[in-house]
Amino acid sequence: MIRNLLRAGAVTALLVLAAAPAPAQNLTGAGATFPYPIYSKWFDVYRQKTGVQINYQSIGSGAGIQQVKAGTVDFGASDAALSNDRLREMPRRILHFPTVAGAVALAYNLPGLARPLQLTPELVAGIYLGKITNWNDRRIAAANPGVSLPVAPILAVHRSDGSGTTNIFTSYLSAVSVEWREVVGANTSVSWPSGVGGKGNEGVAGLVRQTPGALGYVELAYAKQNGLPVTLVKNRAGRFMNPSLASTTAAVSGAAQALAKDVRTPIVNAPGPDAYPICGLTFLLVYQDSKDPVRAKALADFISWAMQDGQGMVEALDYARLPEAVIKVNEATLRMLTANGKPVFAGR
Amino acid sequence: MSDALTRPALIAGAPRRRRGARWADAAYRRALGALALLVFVVVALIVYETARGAAPSIRAFGWRFLVGTEWDPVADRYGALPYVFGTVVSSALAMLLALPLGLGTAIYLAELAPHRVDQVISFVVELLASIPSIVYGIWGLFVLAPFLRTFVEPWLIQHLGFLPLFQGFPFGIGMLNAGLVLAIMVVPTIASLSREILLATPPSLREAALALGATRAEAISVTVDAARPGILGAVILALGRAVGETMAVTMVIGNTNRISASLLAPGSTMASVIANEFTEATGALYLSALVEVALVLFVLTLVMNALARLLVLWATGGRSDAAGAA
Repeated sequence: MIRNLLRAGAVTALLVLAAAPAPAQNLTGAGATFPYPIYSKWFDVYRQKTGVQINYQSIGSGAGIQQVKAGTVDFGASDAALSNDRLREMPRRILHFPTVAGAVALAYNLPGLARPLQLTPELVAGIYLGKITNWNDRRIAAANPGVSLPVAPILAVHRSDGSGTTNIFTSYLSAVSVEWREVVGANTSVSWPSGVGGKGNEGVAGLVRQTPGALGYVELAYAKQNGLPVTLVKNRAGRFMNPSLASTTAAVSGAAQALAKDVRTPIVNAPGPDAYPICGLTFLLVYQDSKDPVRAKALADFISWAMQDGQGMVEALDYARLPEAVIKVNEATLRMLTANGKPVFAGR
Repeated sequence: MSDALTRPALIAGAPRRRRGARWADAAYRRALGALALLVFVVVALIVYETARGAAPSIRAFGWRFLVGTEWDPVADRYGALPYVFGTVVSSALAMLLALPLGLGTAIYLAELAPHRVDQVISFVVELLASIPSIVYGIWGLFVLAPFLRTFVEPWLIQHLGFLPLFQGFPFGIGMLNAGLVLAIMVVPTIASLSREILLATPPSLREAALALGATRAEAISVTVDAARPGILGAVILALGRAVGETMAVTMVIGNTNRISASLLAPGSTMASVIANEFTEATGALYLSALVEVALVLFVLTLVMNALARLLVLWATGGRSDAAGAA
């Protein structure tokens, strides 16, 4: 009997001990798939450093926004900023924190060109509207002097699944083409006037690689990792820019003034001589006021860390880092976070 | 069968054991009945949940949802006709191609092939059935599409281009590719089930036909005729797989919401649009429209199943013998 009691006591003690070194904090988030590789890297490094465990489910931006609305997560993540209408649907006030930037590259399949293909905004819109249908079109030749283009039908490939990449690309087309804005518009999926759809970056890239004469948009990271030939796109300053991490960060810098006013402003077709025009930010969605000061502070500390040490890790994973001006914007937003009305983040 | 055999409790035996057996029997019957009822409950819940989710879309669009051809998430206007069309055409094409191939394989294996050949080929056919659909999709995109684009489609356009069915550009992906991939995916279902059913027909049928002086082919046609209800059952299962297939179709069909008479043109199916757009669907009406597509798909499956049942009834004249047990 006594032995049994002792045994039970020992078991209980072991259970208590096993539970004791639990992480200081446990945060949960859900949303976008595009930033998942860098987020999981950040969460892992941050847990080793501070013991704060952040569980993130990459269930897609749309589903992430639903979770934020339902209040089941500490934060959400989305490739598209919430519109004013959607913000009003939320039960509590939501703040946006851009974390990294990404670019959308146009991959093409035209073997044997003398130089990389160059496209103007009018050409990209014309091709995706189905108005420019052959590579020997005069307008394409005008943007590519000295390049002999084949007589071949253009197959414009788009993403068939709803995605943040499509949102960036259609936001760009809406910004540069009045006709696109009126006929199609910008969204995570739209009613495409022409072309075919492939599922995911790999589906689009597969179709482009398979089909001579195809043009399709993919995430820059995907194009880089798979060595796809990509077009240069004419930016607002009139220069043909190659999509790269540097030209993406330059685009964010170019848009910094507008971002300081409203961080949700699309950064497509940004000003600046070195800016690549088809870029976007991905966001964390955080409740402005929370009931739990400890958790709120843990999340604020993490975001602050991601803006400093975290930015050093992004380029290795093919994301573009934020310029200093936008990090400043985020730090100002951090100071707006409260728990039960009291500020949770004092700032650096 | 006699009544006594179907009710074991009535077989004469020790009275005490009989009472225990009767109780066990009742428990057994109830347990199995509950399991069968569970299937019914699950289906009822699915219908209820999808109908509830689709309600905002049904209220907003009514019957126009079924005949509308516009699918515009930006303007929040939805019509599902292109997807219904894509599902029906791709499945019909698949069945048209798979039926002769699958049934031919089954007849050869069950009636003509030497035992060893039957064993090997049956194994390979069943192996085909266990390949994940994503693999078929990738094969369709990276192997079948280039083949269609370089060889098959240019030939079709050149020689049969006067038909609206074969007009357009040879891009390799589209309805034809989807139909072919689906056909390959459902052949194992038709072939292996039909083979089992043919093997289950009484050998006396074949022997009687041969004894009456029938040729080999005529004897086989007698067997196949006897197995017809079962074979129709296999075809229904295959059709179900073709209609509901998502991943492989999405990768090769081209995913555009346009209705085209040409088999070379891209299209979209109900299952593929749900898989494509559900995760990033923002907006209540958009989500609801996707759920309504699921509801339409469910109803379409139900209608097709019912029609197939009627077909079986018509083909057999209401008989239900051993060969038709499927």
